[in-house]
Amino acid sequence: MLAKRIIPCLDVRAGRVVKGVNFEGVKDVTDPVTLAKRYNEEGADELVFYDITASHEERKLFTDVLEEVASQIFIPLTVGGGIRTVDDFARVLGCGADKVSVNSGAIADFSLIGRAANKYGSQCVVLSMDVKRVDGKFTLFAKGGRENTGIDAMEWARRGVGDGAGEIVLNSIDTDGVKGGFDLEMLGELCSIVDVPVIASGGAGRAEDFVTLFKSVPGVDAGLAASIFHFEEVNIKKLKEMLKASGIPVRI
Amino acid sequence: MIGIVDYGAGNLFSLKSSLKFLGIDHIVSADKEALARCDRLILPGVGAFGDARAILKESGTDVFLLEQASSGKPLLGICLGMQLLLQGSEEFGSHEGLGLIKGRACPLKGDIDEHLKVPHMGWNSLHFTQKSPLFKYSAEGDWVYFVHSFYGKGCGEDTLATADYSLPVTAAVGRGKVLATQFHPEKSGKAGLRILRAFAEV
Repeated sequence: MLAKRIIPCLDVRAGRVVKGVNFEGVKDVTDPVTLAKRYNEEGADELVFYDITASHEERKLFTDVLEEVASQIFIPLTVGGGIRTVDDFARVLGCGADKVSVNSGAIADFSLIGRAANKYGSQCVVLSMDVKRVDGKFTLFAKGGRENTGIDAMEWARRGVGDGAGEIVLNSIDTDGVKGGFDLEMLGELCSIVDVPVIASGGAGRAEDFVTLFKSVPGVDAGLAASIFHFEEVNIKKLKEMLKASGIPVRI
Repeated sequence: MIGIVDYGAGNLFSLKSSLKFLGIDHIVSADKEALARCDRLILPGVGAFGDARAILKESGTDVFLLEQASSGKPLLGICLGMQLLLQGSEEFGSHEGLGLIKGRACPLKGDIDEHLKVPHMGWNSLHFTQKSPLFKYSAEGDWVYFVHSFYGKGCGEDTLATADYSLPVTAAVGRGKVLATQFHPEKSGKAGLRILRAFAEV
C-alpha cells in the first residue's frame, strides 16, 4: 500500500528559507540546506522548494541551494515559483528537481502544462492552485493568492489534469495561516473530480490535523505544511508515529 | 567503476549524486568502449519503452548490453531500465525487450483495483520473494519510491521483490548478475542508498 506523504515546504528567497502568514509579511528563518537535512532525518517523504525570488541574481542562489540539497538528500524534490516556460523546467530539473510545480505560469499560459508534460512526462508536472471561496464558489487565485482570476477552481483542476498535470497541490487561502486544520470540504470536492494524487496545503496547526485530513478525505495522498515544521511546533517523526498509531500507512 | 549507460532517457542527477555520496566511482557514458572497461553497469531510464528501445537498437547498445550480461558483468536496470530487460512491453503497442529477464511490461490499469491511482507514485514497502545480493543490506518492509504506469508481469522465478498495490506489483527482478528495480533507489532515501551500495559489491 502506498504511504501517505508528509511534505515540508520551504520558501526560498536570496538563499534563505522564509515564511509569510496569510500571504503577508516575511520572516527570515534559516539556512535551507540545514533545514532540508533536518527534515530528511525526521522522515519527510518529499521536499518542496518554492522560489520566491525577485531578481536574476537571487535565482542563481536558488538553483545553488537546490543543487546542494539534491547532492545530499535522496528523496523526491519538487520545485515551484517563477516557472513560466519549458526552459524553466529544464533549469530546475538540471539542478536535481524531480517534479516542477506550475501556478501563475499556467494561468498566464495554459499550454505550458501540456508542453511540459509532453517533454518530461506527467509525473513531472505538478499543478499548484491557490483557491478561495468567493460567493460560495471555489475560485482560482493568482500571484500568490492576491489576484482573483474568476476561474472556477474545480474546472481548472479538471482541465489541468486533462492536459497532463500528474499531481495537484491544493492550497486553500481560506484556511492558510489560520492553523485550524486543512480545508476538508474543498479537498473532498477536488478528490471527487480528479484521479491524480492530491496534496493538501494550508491550515495545518497541529499533528492531529493530519490525522483528521487522511481519515476524513481518503483520496488525499499527502499533507504539506511549512511554518509548523520550521518552528518545530510539529516534529515530523512524532507526527508519523501518531499517523501510524491511527492506522494510516506511513513510511517509518 | 560503475558505468551509467547514457542513452538520453531521463534525469541522471540523483543517480550520479547518490553514487558520489556513497563514494562509488562512476562514469556516465554512451561510449561502448568506455562502458566495457567498467566492472558493472547501470541502465537507467524514464520515459516511453518504444522510444528507449529504438535508441538502444539504433546505437547497438542493446547488443552490447547482451554481450556484457553474458560475460557475467553485473547489470542494474532502474525503472524503465528494468522494463527494457524484460522480454517485451505492451506500452503503446507491442515491443520486444532485451529478454534477459522473464516477463513483459503491462499496464497497471485494468490489473489493479480501479479505485487506485495510476501512475503508482510514491513510497511503497518491499516484500522479498527470494534472497538476492542486491538486498543484502535491506530489510523486509523497507520503503522505496515508485513512479510507473506499467509493471513487470509474468516475471515468475525471476521476481526478487514485490510491493502491494492491490496485487503484488513486481518491484525487483534478477537472474544471475542481471538485476533490476522498478522503483528508484536513487530517490528512496537511506533504503535506496543501501541497495546501490549492495550493487557496487555484487
